[in-house]
Amino acid sequence: MSGRDRVLGRIRRALGEPGAGGAGTGRAPVEAAAGEDGIPRDYLRVHGDRTPAESADLLAAHLREYRAKVHRTDEDGLAPLLARLLAARGARTVLVPPGLPPSWLDGAQAVRVEDRADSTPYALDAVDSVVTGCALAVAETGTIVLDGGPDQGRRRITLIPDHHICVVRVPGQLVDSVPQALERLDPTRPLTWISGPSATSDIELDRVEGVHGPRTLEVVLIDAPAQ
Amino acid sequence: MTATHLGMPAFPAAAREAVRDDVLRANLRRATHTIRDKRARAVTELADWDRLRAAGKAVKDHTLRHLDHYLLRLEAAVTAAGGTVHWAADATEANRIVTELVRATGEREVVKVKSMATQEIGLNEALEAAGIAAYETDLAELIVQLGHDRPSHILVPAIHRNRAEIRDVFRTEMGRWGRPAPDGLGDDPRELAEAARLHLREKFLRAKVAVSGANFMVAETGTMVVFESEGNGRMCLTLPETLISVVGIEKVVPTFRDLEIFLQTLPRSSTAERMNPYTTMWTGLGPSKGADGDGPAAFHLVLLDNGRTDTLADEVGRQALRCIRCSACLNVCPVYERAGGHAYGSVYPGPIGAILSPQLRGTGSGIDASLPYASTLCGACYEVCPVAIDIPEVLLHLRERVAQGGPVTREGIRVRIRPARGHTAERAAMRAARLLLERPGALRAGERLLSRARRLRPRRLPGPGSAWTDSRELPRPPREPFRDWWARERGGRA
Repeated sequence: MSGRDRVLGRIRRALGEPGAGGAGTGRAPVEAAAGEDGIPRDYLRVHGDRTPAESADLLAAHLREYRAKVHRTDEDGLAPLLARLLAARGARTVLVPPGLPPSWLDGAQAVRVEDRADSTPYALDAVDSVVTGCALAVAETGTIVLDGGPDQGRRRITLIPDHHICVVRVPGQLVDSVPQALERLDPTRPLTWISGPSATSDIELDRVEGVHGPRTLEVVLIDAPAQ
Repeated sequence: MTATHLGMPAFPAAAREAVRDDVLRANLRRATHTIRDKRARAVTELADWDRLRAAGKAVKDHTLRHLDHYLLRLEAAVTAAGGTVHWAADATEANRIVTELVRATGEREVVKVKSMATQEIGLNEALEAAGIAAYETDLAELIVQLGHDRPSHILVPAIHRNRAEIRDVFRTEMGRWGRPAPDGLGDDPRELAEAARLHLREKFLRAKVAVSGANFMVAETGTMVVFESEGNGRMCLTLPETLISVVGIEKVVPTFRDLEIFLQTLPRSSTAERMNPYTTMWTGLGPSKGADGDGPAAFHLVLLDNGRTDTLADEVGRQALRCIRCSACLNVCPVYERAGGHAYGSVYPGPIGAILSPQLRGTGSGIDASLPYASTLCGACYEVCPVAIDIPEVLLHLRERVAQGGPVTREGIRVRIRPARGHTAERAAMRAARLLLERPGALRAGERLLSRARRLRPRRLPGPGSAWTDSRELPRPPREPFRDWWARERGGRA
């Protein structure tokens, strides 16, 4: 008997499948259960009532609490800000995802490096910084989510360099809560939820920022121009 | 379950040794108190915590009730997304599958994400026997592996080690596994984390095969979810060409939407954070089926039973399968705080371990038969559990099984176990308790007698009871039995 048949057979006996002679007391057919799963979903969709500006402030506060650096600017201020952040870091090279708007890096001194199919992890390890967009951000938890979209690139590029700058458009890419975030995400895409820089509390539960992922995370919030 | 630590003494003997270790007790006390206070604050932030807890419990119960259905759905979804699903009835089978998969790649080493399931089946040892080196990449697991040690906490496996001990382990052992520790390494956690970063980066960049577990698997979409903090998980899940995930069958949830519950309750319960630094979700080989080179080109999911279906067959005990391995119950447990994780003789220590290990492995060994007694039944574990596992209820259920024997399922077969030897005293005690509780008159008479004789109370119990009173004051009986007080004060009222 295959492992599959054995495991499934044991589950059915354990749950008292009709005729299986198990210990259970029988169960409702799963079709009925699938429609009415009896799960109480009366928990909150969002915790609190906020204006878009308040949500952006909350995101910034929560990101800072987990030691991310947060910057606020508008569309026109983005390129100068990114140039300044890269210069301050001393970045000589910067990884760019294929769909990053070229104007974002106007004026940046760092040499642009593309993530090509044959780029090895060693090659990426030699790059100083990476700049990406994001799929969305979650204010209540201080989280940004990447889904591998064209302005974010493959998962490895936001992992190997030690410095990640992530641009979030508010309010367009900002949601308040985790339930709101899941509604907007596509589970077939590779998803990376990032809440602050890499950290560990494994030594005497002292939090230390930076183990394997980028040790410095900078989040740039671009506020939409007032309507 | 193969990973019973060989020659492990029963819980009382192991705990006695641990309680004498002052360094261990100080480390544990500091760590558990820090995190339990932080957790309480993180939970208070969510006004709907109780509702999230109830929903998490309901999702897990519903899934367990239809586990065959959801596993088949998961299998179909993972396969459709380019992954390959394997089924392992026990540890031996799982280890054989993983070993063959690694061999097929021609590689002799793998990098590992911290995984309770692979520790449970002793995968590292099985791979080593096959000539394959398995490198743990979680900082705490690295400390444990380099120190030839055993994990003592679900979330922070090296919680029993302080910074000076960790520095010593790094200095002496790192060089034997790869890049040595930097010269003059100090004991600042920052320096130690930096040493681990350098040591492991060389392994991440060259790794071709990774082995992981998963926190959740989504039946509807085939999505796998790993929560972590350091980025070692992301390294292992995205850089190697082949990814093998070994996951207990109870980790499946029906829908992608169900994650909205656990993404809120798991980080707050485990690390006391609003959200852990990194969560990775992947579905098979992704939309391009691996063609875009974003992540591994081959993905294997090994679904592990290893005693879980036997646990499922027990209608009281099966609630242990709701566990999401947050470790909140360890951090509030007075017994864990004093005895430490090693005394539990299993990769699952603390209150959850006391009900999980004896069900996954059976109560045949001395350690497993004693685990249900490793508790004061104070109930703090149940209070903090984000999926509302009534650990005291299962402990009592297992005590009864150990003391009195009865029907259980082992490897899918219903058997009747005999009362465990060496539990005669507990059996007698439980019988006595039942005798009194079933006869209120006898209990009342006994209580009154105690109250009247309270001046005559001995300081020490005679005979076998003296071991107990050697280190404790015998409680002073109340002036008046509670029942009498109640009758006097509240007698006429409902």
